[in-house]
Amino acid sequence: MTAASPATGSGVAGLRRGISTLLYRHSTLFLLLLLAPPLTWLGIVYLGSLLALLLQSFFYIDEFTGQVVREFSLRTYVELLTGAANLDIILRTVTMAATVTVAAAAIGFPIAYYMARYATGRTKALFYLGVMLPLWSSYLVRVYAWKLLLAREGVISWAFDKAYLGWFLDAVLALPVIGGSSLSVSYIGMFLVFTYIWLPFMILPIQAALERVPPSLIEASGDLGARPNETFRRVILPLALPGVVAGSIFTFSLTLGDYIIPYVIGTSRFFIGQAVYIHQGTAGNVPLAAAFSVVPIVIIGIYLAIARRLGAFDAL
Amino acid sequence: MAAAILFENVSRRFGTVRAVDNVSFEIADGEFFSMLGPSGSGKTTCLRLIAGFEEPGAGRLLIHGIDTAGVPPYERDVNTVFQDYALFPHMSVLDNVAYGLMVRKVPAAERHARADEMLDLVKLSGLGGRRPSALSGGQRQRVALARALINRPRVLLLDEPLGALDLKLREQMQVELKALQRKLGITFVYVTHDQQEALGMSDRLAVFNEGKIEQIGAPQDIYERPATAFVADFVGNSNLIGRAAAQRLAGLAGPLSVRPEKINFAADYSDVAPPVKAAGTVLEVQYLGATTRYEVELEAGAIVFMVRQNVTTGRAIGPRVGDRIELAWDPGAMLQVSGDDRG
Repeated sequence: MTAASPATGSGVAGLRRGISTLLYRHSTLFLLLLLAPPLTWLGIVYLGSLLALLLQSFFYIDEFTGQVVREFSLRTYVELLTGAANLDIILRTVTMAATVTVAAAAIGFPIAYYMARYATGRTKALFYLGVMLPLWSSYLVRVYAWKLLLAREGVISWAFDKAYLGWFLDAVLALPVIGGSSLSVSYIGMFLVFTYIWLPFMILPIQAALERVPPSLIEASGDLGARPNETFRRVILPLALPGVVAGSIFTFSLTLGDYIIPYVIGTSRFFIGQAVYIHQGTAGNVPLAAAFSVVPIVIIGIYLAIARRLGAFDAL
Repeated sequence: MAAAILFENVSRRFGTVRAVDNVSFEIADGEFFSMLGPSGSGKTTCLRLIAGFEEPGAGRLLIHGIDTAGVPPYERDVNTVFQDYALFPHMSVLDNVAYGLMVRKVPAAERHARADEMLDLVKLSGLGGRRPSALSGGQRQRVALARALINRPRVLLLDEPLGALDLKLREQMQVELKALQRKLGITFVYVTHDQQEALGMSDRLAVFNEGKIEQIGAPQDIYERPATAFVADFVGNSNLIGRAAAQRLAGLAGPLSVRPEKINFAADYSDVAPPVKAAGTVLEVQYLGATTRYEVELEAGAIVFMVRQNVTTGRAIGPRVGDRIELAWDPGAMLQVSGDDRG
């Protein structure tokens, strides 16, 4: 016998050939072997921890001992949803997240549109760089830089003064709720920083969605008698909507969960992120912290369901 | 009556490339007109100029006697069937077809009725509720056609509409398109690089090369009397016989063009006119089913192809490789062509 058959081959070479034949014949097994490590990672680290979090939110704190009682109860959720302060925190955070999302979409869409449809070569590279570059520098540095810009002695106040518009800034800051003693301790300031920080996460998915719209669809719409604004409304926008939804999930959920910006910029009133931070840390109420962090998940779920209902994913 | 389409010294450049170079021609109302040429020859740019997706850099373009300068696509009475069909993926087939009516503010009931009619016309009744992604290539092609026809344009532009279909379906659609054009009586302007399509469907066709029109005429004129070496070579197959060989064979100033199917074995020659005769050696024999193709090196100094129908059943008893044979053809089959001398 000159050539050993795979099954009867001896030594390392025979074994290797045997294994490769086995994997070739059973492609499902091969796929399983390839996917097992990443799936295990995803399953345990991501979903597992999320599940643990969910589980924690159904425990509760014994008011006398301050110990976590590990038995199923809705007590924590009742506390979350009946406490006026807690509801305020949720409402405040959701309103901020929604406002930031709308603003980011309004600013991001034209930029993404230009990037996808008009910019070519060098201009396009420059736009990409402009959008991505802020993401490469430290988030904390940028937030603190904004604190300086927004401060009473900062460059924005200074510019308003020099333009003889100081009275306008003062009038805006005098507004109830959203105003404050300076931009750096007001909701307006926080809104500006949030919008700045998350804008790239809105631009990139919209740009990707617009890039996938074939130019011939836009020509076909015009060819059939639609004016440019109608083409935009009936063809471009619906096809870009999945991108807008993807971008808004980023900006919305990132704002919902952030606790640094409300801490550095803004008032002493809490946002969800801060509430989670306080409850799991100093207050030692891990179940309530867990319940708080379930709120963004539920809200995003509702948002996706509505978007799907409205046909945002029809073009996918 | 004004021509449906009139090009007057139209040019269009992209950077330094002259996509369309000082082109003038007209298309009659109700004509099936094809623009034939290799890719990059300017035929698609001409179509896009008519549709209004491009503006001429120089010259005038008239549609039914009206100058199109500055008229946007949505105000032109022409509609286009796109090469990639360009169906809206987020709409149903019915909404796709009704789109042209919707943007013209036709009430929903009427536009759906008319879209249904259009789907009947292209034999897609009952598929209106589907998404374009759920259709086959041939069905999408029909939807694109129905959508382009719903506004009842006087001119329909078709940009290689059958390019993505397989051969059988393409042949079937050629027949249907031609029948549809006859039924509707509107002008079809058809861009293709497939000479069979252009010859088989058109009333007239223009052959494009490098931004210019090489020849314009009825299919028979183009095929039987190609004006240039390019047309002779691009439309159908052609043997180009160089200057020296042409002189030796027929005493004519070359170069000459002879179609492969016009060349006979000397023994089979049956035309009235005294034939041109040429002796040569068989270099290659290719059996192609319906026909057999021979490559023959003439002693006069040219290599020609000839094609014979396989009319007998059983094994064809033709010449074999290396045989010395004599060929003959009607002197009228020889065409003097301008252009490059490749002999």
